[in-house]
Amino acid sequence: MNATREPLQRVQATGGKSRETSDSTGMRRSRAASAAAVRGGLILAAILVMGWLLILPLAVVIGEALKLGVRAYLDAIRSPETVAAMKLTALVVAVTLPVNVLFGLAAGWAIGKFRFPGRSVLVTLLDLPFAVSPVVAGMLFVFLYGRTGLFGPWLFDHNLKVIFAVPGVVLATLFVTLPFVAREVIPLMESAGNEEEEAARVLGAGFWPIFFRVTLPNVKWALLYGSLLAAARAVGEFGAVSVVSGHIRGETNTLPLHIEILYNEYQFQPAFAVASLLSLFAVISLALHVLLEKKRLTGTAKRGLA
Amino acid sequence: MRIEACGITKSFGSFLALSGISLTVDPGELVALLGPSGSGKTSLLRIIAGLENPDSGHVLFDGEDATRRDVRERQVGFVFQHYALFRRMTVFENVAFGLKVKPRKERLSRDEIRARVKELLRLVQLDWLEDRYPSELSGGQRQRVALARALAVEPRVLLLDEPFGSLDTRVRTELRRWLRRLHDEIELTSVFVTHDQEEALEVADRVVLLNQGRVEQAGAPEDLFERPASAFVMDFLGNVTIFRGRAEDGRAHFGPLAIEYPEHAGRPSVPVAGYVRAHRFDLARGEGQKSGFWAVVKHVSPSGALVRIDLSDGELPSTRVELSRERFEALNPRIGDRLFVMPSEMRVFPGHEDGTLTERPPET
Amino acid sequence: MTRSQGTPKSGFPAAARGASKAARPRVLPGFEAALGLTLAITGVLVLLPLSSLLVFAGRTGVPKLFATLHDERVLASLRLTLSTSLLAAVLASVSGLLVSWVLTRYEFPGRRLLDALVDLPFALPTSVAGIALTTLYAPSGLLGKRLAGLGVEVAYTPLGIVAALVFIGFPFAVRTIQPVLADLEPEVEESARSLGATPLQTFFRVLLPEILPALLTGFAMAFARGLGEYGSVVFIAGNVPMKTEIAPLLIMTKLEQYDYAGAAALATVLLLLSFALLFLINRLQGWAERLGRRGA
Repeated sequence: MNATREPLQRVQATGGKSRETSDSTGMRRSRAASAAAVRGGLILAAILVMGWLLILPLAVVIGEALKLGVRAYLDAIRSPETVAAMKLTALVVAVTLPVNVLFGLAAGWAIGKFRFPGRSVLVTLLDLPFAVSPVVAGMLFVFLYGRTGLFGPWLFDHNLKVIFAVPGVVLATLFVTLPFVAREVIPLMESAGNEEEEAARVLGAGFWPIFFRVTLPNVKWALLYGSLLAAARAVGEFGAVSVVSGHIRGETNTLPLHIEILYNEYQFQPAFAVASLLSLFAVISLALHVLLEKKRLTGTAKRGLA
Repeated sequence: MRIEACGITKSFGSFLALSGISLTVDPGELVALLGPSGSGKTSLLRIIAGLENPDSGHVLFDGEDATRRDVRERQVGFVFQHYALFRRMTVFENVAFGLKVKPRKERLSRDEIRARVKELLRLVQLDWLEDRYPSELSGGQRQRVALARALAVEPRVLLLDEPFGSLDTRVRTELRRWLRRLHDEIELTSVFVTHDQEEALEVADRVVLLNQGRVEQAGAPEDLFERPASAFVMDFLGNVTIFRGRAEDGRAHFGPLAIEYPEHAGRPSVPVAGYVRAHRFDLARGEGQKSGFWAVVKHVSPSGALVRIDLSDGELPSTRVELSRERFEALNPRIGDRLFVMPSEMRVFPGHEDGTLTERPPET
Repeated sequence: MTRSQGTPKSGFPAAARGASKAARPRVLPGFEAALGLTLAITGVLVLLPLSSLLVFAGRTGVPKLFATLHDERVLASLRLTLSTSLLAAVLASVSGLLVSWVLTRYEFPGRRLLDALVDLPFALPTSVAGIALTTLYAPSGLLGKRLAGLGVEVAYTPLGIVAALVFIGFPFAVRTIQPVLADLEPEVEESARSLGATPLQTFFRVLLPEILPALLTGFAMAFARGLGEYGSVVFIAGNVPMKTEIAPLLIMTKLEQYDYAGAAALATVLLLLSFALLFLINRLQGWAERLGRRGA
């Protein structure tokens, strides 16, 4: 009798967490102990793996950046070349982000709200930039706009420079970041269905009121999240930009390219100082991501009720 | 406003949802589109609203061709099956939406909009909930918000898709009566879709029964119930027991049952089906004057004013009988009793050789 | 029923049903504009550049393209890229499985922080990762010093490339496995245990079949990403031709030398590999969805 009653009491004592029902006490104890050991071991292993894979590199960046003191750090950040690289990076983000958002919303509206022939082909096409190596992406733009490229002679005749100039950097960044917003927005627009929009239409609303008052509020967190991913990638893109930029200091160097140059010139501390700025940006975007994810989840929870 | 649909055909891929449907809704009428799922009733409603385009046929509003007119310009009020409330707007904003998106010339002033929304919310008895979001409302409340939102733009016609479909039974019956009262009050031409025959018969002035994309019968509820045009109508509109047999020499024979069938006199023997509604049976402890058969009581469910009794005799189909409570108490049948079952009214429809009827409703 | 000539529909004869279907107005507005904008941007930014590769390949001629691939240095770079990506994808999948397990199954202080950190390689610019990993594994670096003591060289060897690619591939593995594990109810494991299965049996017979599609998807994603990765690898690889020169770097080198044909040929190989993997990933996701539905 005792043996069968005891587990019941234990279940109550642990607030119902223990799911064991009937077992001999000794076996249960040793099993519980070994389970705890496995649990602890696995958690420790995971922390070690992540510490080694992710935290150590981050620590190296900060350590190396501050190696020569705060003064050297500030000097590296304030150098004219770094400031120029920052400005160019900001410009690239300022151009790519609106295009990304516009594209994501247009694609979301067309693909998420309508059925049409070729729709699935288009969906696959949207993901294509993710399957292309950044270096190859950059190369494609050289093939298009480079001196011997398809449009190269025409551009040369009109004294327009795309490759080894800012437009090339922008184009290459646009290519690699294009799917980010669309990928977040399309599934959400599709799963939300068309009923709310149809209801607005029946009530006499035109496109803009429907879009801004009904559709956009339903996807705004996904839109922000996609924009964040696109911005992070635009700031950090290296391979594609590396091919088209020509590495002209103070002109076509984005921050990641600037880091490469400094590093290759054995200016390790300044390289890491600039790298620490980008790391900070990365960490901030991770924090924002967590925040947006929460908003998005509470958003879907509310939708689930409605 | 008068709504006319003429020869509406619509297919989705290879599925023919509507094949040449015509119907008229008179001004001020409340019409139910009734039918099993897949009968095309929702497609027809959406075509009338302009949310779907017919492959052929026309929709006329007061005699004017509206087939190619955009939803926006049709001035219809539409209540969606799952309400389609704007989930990021409050109740007030939902109802005000249609008024706010009107072109500047026609738009009411802020205060007028406010007053109108308040008035509508009072009409649907929800003025105390105007700041809530749809997710914070019960099903019945959402339904009424959807209705208020549709009425806000003063539509010329009100269309409702399964308006009570996702509510529980109790709220349903309540809202049903409320909708009927509301309709009598505002006298707006209204069409609603339902798969529930009770709902259609109770609420509507006229019922249009659809089956497989065609109109099976249209008419007043009593017409459909008392004078069903086909076996499908009779079966769909109530609890019926179907007997299979043959017609010979002006009589229809169903095992021990035989009834006069003068329409058939002088023609060769054909298979027929006899339909009897559950309340058109009587039960007795002994054989009487009328034609009938013996069966054993299998189940009794005494809920409400009518008592349902299921009987079976192994040979004929299992029979459901509804007795009034007084009759039931007088007879006091118990499970296992052998009783004599007498149909007091049977309708005979022609059947097929293999025993199937001309039309059977799809299982739902 | 008479129709006036002026109605829009009279423009479409009944015979052209298919055409009239496409031309029928849609209930929601803005489809044409949105699709047009989508196609225009996709066309200019994605399709036009991709087609330039075809034009270039056509100009050079397929035989010549193949010939450029028959170069020892090119083949060595492809071998290196494939083998390091493969190994890194395996390592990323295994460590990804461990981490997703711990993140979904256990509650412990710092769990949320770890969970957020998983995405670091997505957010951190690849060049930053590259210089950090190089410094870490260099013979004088924090880890490199200790590993050198054990006789293991990482930086400027293929092992260094693998280290960088594991970093890059890790979040792909975690983020595909994690949701599947989260959907899997602990009751399944518990019932297996209650039926007498050992922990290992439970893992291999009950859990692995359920998460296999996700595991493979994560693996394929990490692998695909590794094939094209450049920024994080280029610093740590040492870039010695024939030994530590990855294919994307060789493309870069060929471009710098204006060997466009060679670059195009190598890029085509990489693209085809990526598309094959993209296709595989799509199939795997279909499989995973079917598994999920079956379970539901």
